[in-house]
Amino acid sequence: MTPLLIAQIALTLLIFVALLSSAAGMVYFERKVAALLQQRLGPYLVGPKGLLQPLADVIKLMFKEELRPRAADPLLFALAPIISATLAFAAFAVVPFGAETTLFGLLDTPLRLQVADVNVAILVIFAISSMSVYGIVLAGWSSNSKYSLLGGLRSSAQMISYELSYGMSLASVLLLANSLSLTDIVNGQSGTWFGFVPRWFVFLQPVGFLIYMTAGIAETNRAPFDFPEAEQELVAGYHTEYSSMSFAMFFLAEYINMVTVSAVATDIFLGGWHGPFLPESLGWIWFLIKVAAILFFYVWMRWTLPRYRYDQLMAFGWKVLLPVSVLNLIVTAAGVLAFGL
Amino acid sequence: MPTLNDYLLLSAILFSIGTAGVFVRRNLITILLSIEIMLNAVNLSFVAFGRALGSADGQIIVFFVMTVAAAEAAVGLAIIIALFRHRESLNPDTFTALKW
Amino acid sequence: MTLFYLFGAVAVIASLLVIAQRNPIYSVLLLIASFGALSGLYVLLDAPFVAVIQIIVYAGAIMVLFLFVVMLLNAPQEDTELDARVHPLMRPGAMRLGTVLAIGLIAELVWALTAINVSGSFPPGPVVSVTTIGRRLFTDYAFSFEVTSVLILVAMVGAVVMARHDPARGKR
Repeated sequence: MTPLLIAQIALTLLIFVALLSSAAGMVYFERKVAALLQQRLGPYLVGPKGLLQPLADVIKLMFKEELRPRAADPLLFALAPIISATLAFAAFAVVPFGAETTLFGLLDTPLRLQVADVNVAILVIFAISSMSVYGIVLAGWSSNSKYSLLGGLRSSAQMISYELSYGMSLASVLLLANSLSLTDIVNGQSGTWFGFVPRWFVFLQPVGFLIYMTAGIAETNRAPFDFPEAEQELVAGYHTEYSSMSFAMFFLAEYINMVTVSAVATDIFLGGWHGPFLPESLGWIWFLIKVAAILFFYVWMRWTLPRYRYDQLMAFGWKVLLPVSVLNLIVTAAGVLAFGL
Repeated sequence: MPTLNDYLLLSAILFSIGTAGVFVRRNLITILLSIEIMLNAVNLSFVAFGRALGSADGQIIVFFVMTVAAAEAAVGLAIIIALFRHRESLNPDTFTALKW
Repeated sequence: MTLFYLFGAVAVIASLLVIAQRNPIYSVLLLIASFGALSGLYVLLDAPFVAVIQIIVYAGAIMVLFLFVVMLLNAPQEDTELDARVHPLMRPGAMRLGTVLAIGLIAELVWALTAINVSGSFPPGPVVSVTTIGRRLFTDYAFSFEVTSVLILVAMVGAVVMARHDPARGKR
């Protein structure tokens, strides 16, 4: 049990707890921001300024009755929320959120601020996001109800369609960074041009960033791409028949997927933990600020834009976003060859 | 440490399981799944041999095998859908129209 | 070594259960578990790129396709006269012979491989990086790469043509 191993285990537990609290915090954040955008108050009764609202929500969900429809397939019905929640946590395992630190000299070898450092980290994130289709499609199928089945099939078809543009925008960043490891990609964005413009990839790849965010919103089934789980259209889509903690698992999985997409966007486009005025060892503060900004963008999108109809959504994904992302890849490749970046 | 022999043995066992599935099962989808098992067993021996010879060729061939398997699964499933529309059954023994 | 036995056991048991299940959805899910175990074996063989591609392509795309088809066809289970009482692998006639032949195949392959004993352990070597694979794909194997892209296009067109409703011909 070297000190490094103890530090790594502690870091893993810390990340797990932080993800859970971020999901709870997102509940409050979303409701408060939605309220302010709609010029009303939002949660304000439970605790000071309504800050204990997520706690009240969790307690309510835990005390609800756990239902299972009689015609539902028991094994798959129980397995689907577990798959969704587990994969949501697993995707965050390879995301770094700070520079290497020696914890103020306590450790001999520096500790990387991530659970696992693999040198194909981007591909691992892509792989886990393509597996998360299964949680949804199994939930839709095993509930044995027409709204769930339609919602599940539509949602999974949407996710696999937008995965292609997602992967293409990741590939464009790879051309600029020359490495698949997220730590290397962030370190390739350190420094500035002309002394004040940071070397973030979003300035070299603005179209790529927009494609990534659009595909990320579609991947996590958030508005304006949330047709499969919209109340007015499909009752609640694939999680219609779920209640209590199983529903909470899907809820949790959706918020943690949002956090993961934001964290990866921060790492590959917005410079990760690099920022002015703070030393490298406190870079995680900048990381949190950037992730919070992207999450605010997510919530803003949801409460501002109207929902896409399903065929409009699929047509957009295949006929607009995919050609634009391929073009982006070709132009980036030409640029790298021409300017030797 | 596992030797090359261990990987080849595992690959042979998986290949035979796939073959058994193709011979024995009377459901078109399970037959296609058994073909996928066989392709994966072959992938495993390619990667094992590539590692033993120290070259990247094993992994490149696996890349092509996966692509071909994807194309074959897509076309095979389309054929199954077309067949199902005619006879409402996935049992290969019901498609006897060309028998003498 | 224990990891090899663990992943190998999961792969073999999952594959056995795939061919033994009556319900096709359980078969597909067990096959995904088998692919996950194989991906772990590729990582043990110092092939991280192939391991991740296995998950992305096989477990994440091809199996989703299988699952969609099984769900949309509402695939019936094997409905012969003997269905409910006799397990698919044990039915008389050709099926029982098929099971016996498969066991014979395993026995013969295991005997053959243990008899020749291909030379021992792996030589120590580097993890093959994605850069190497990419470079080889686009230089030595460039022609095969382009041919596979044409193959995928042909498969796409073929699948769409064969699986669509055709109101013009008056069928369904």
